[in-house]
Amino acid sequence: MIELNNVSVAFGDHSVLRSCSFTLADGERVALMGPSGCGKTTLLRLVLGLQKPDSGSVSVSGRIACVFQEPRLLPWCSALENVNAALSDGAETMDLARSYLAAVDLADAESLLPGELSGGMQQRLAIARALAYGGDIFLMDEPLKGCDSELRDRLLDLLARECAGKSLLLITHDEYEARRLADRVYRFQNGTFEIM
Amino acid sequence: MKKILQTLAVTAFWLAVWALLALAVDQPLLLPAPGAVVRRLAQLALTAPFWLAVGATLLRILCGVAAGTLLGTLLAVITSASALLRALIHPLLTVIKSTPVASFIVLVIIWVGRNALPSVIVVLMVVPGVWANVSTGIAATDPALLEMARVFRFPKPRILRRIYLPSVLPSFLAALRSVLGLAWKAGVTAEVLTSPVLSVGKMLMESKLYLEIPDLFAWTLVVILCSLAIEKLLIAAIARIGKGFAKGGASA
Repeated sequence: MIELNNVSVAFGDHSVLRSCSFTLADGERVALMGPSGCGKTTLLRLVLGLQKPDSGSVSVSGRIACVFQEPRLLPWCSALENVNAALSDGAETMDLARSYLAAVDLADAESLLPGELSGGMQQRLAIARALAYGGDIFLMDEPLKGCDSELRDRLLDLLARECAGKSLLLITHDEYEARRLADRVYRFQNGTFEIM
Repeated sequence: MKKILQTLAVTAFWLAVWALLALAVDQPLLLPAPGAVVRRLAQLALTAPFWLAVGATLLRILCGVAAGTLLGTLLAVITSASALLRALIHPLLTVIKSTPVASFIVLVIIWVGRNALPSVIVVLMVVPGVWANVSTGIAATDPALLEMARVFRFPKPRILRRIYLPSVLPSFLAALRSVLGLAWKAGVTAEVLTSPVLSVGKMLMESKLYLEIPDLFAWTLVVILCSLAIEKLLIAAIARIGKGFAKGGASA
């Protein structure tokens, strides 16, 4: 469960979130849409504990798996090692890592370094890492950015399967993605949530 | 292959310049020809004292480099974690870096005696360079990767192995490249001044005393070759171990 209470965040004079409140219940799947710079990513960073609010409170219970807006891969590790590094430091989780690489169509790329993958492949690798890590809550910031339409549909199926019964907070600019994965879609602007 | 040929051509060019200069000067006591130096080196290499001197010097310098690298790295880790300690240690290391080797040699002879001098001098030469480079490497570690590690709850050893170590490795190797040459120069200078029984420095000093200039050149060549060989071997080995350590999931 995620709960934000009257949270405010400002960068210098620029207020990004002002007295913002939001709740994501267990098993609830919510998508946030909105213009760039409206504070969606800041909201995600608050939930991840990567940023402290200037005021208000953030409470999160449960294990979080995240797909960041940028893939954030270890550039010196192969695709397989990138997924496995989120699970353990050893060989015992390699099979699980391999199965998720296959699920995102990267089975043939397991020994390649991130620098040898296209932008879309890197994003899929980041998805594989989050799904393999698992958790009670999935946070995804434009997870399908850079994927072509055919692949996107297959990945949406995969994400819908993997997120079933879990909480999901999806940030996207794509209403189709939002409707496919979330039970509720909000337009987020000026710190307020408007159901779409 | 092209690089090897280029290196050989450049070496041949400078050997030719040396040979022509020796021919022009025509005073072997001042400038022996390359052939005479190589012949002398070959003669020396057939004697046991040569290898004992080279081995002892190598050991002293490698011990100093190892201790200096360890100390410099530890200081970099400590000062990266604490701004206060950084503020305290930074000026000290800057002073050490700027102090002439000769001043240290005199002070260290007074403080710890002659026996340990070459290794202590090498440590003093190595620490500031390693500290500066490793600190830069730590500071340049990608914060986005550290955030990712935090979100995926990497334990500290995994963060060290998978993120910090590979991030710092290039700076660490650059530090070794720059300090190894310095270590040899300072270490052999210290040996020349203290003349330990088994040492290249003592041999250099004796060559000077008895005006055996081909010997002086031969021993200098030994120092240059040892320095280059150690630099190549050590850096290749550390780069290999470091990369394997950072990757190696299944082998862990």
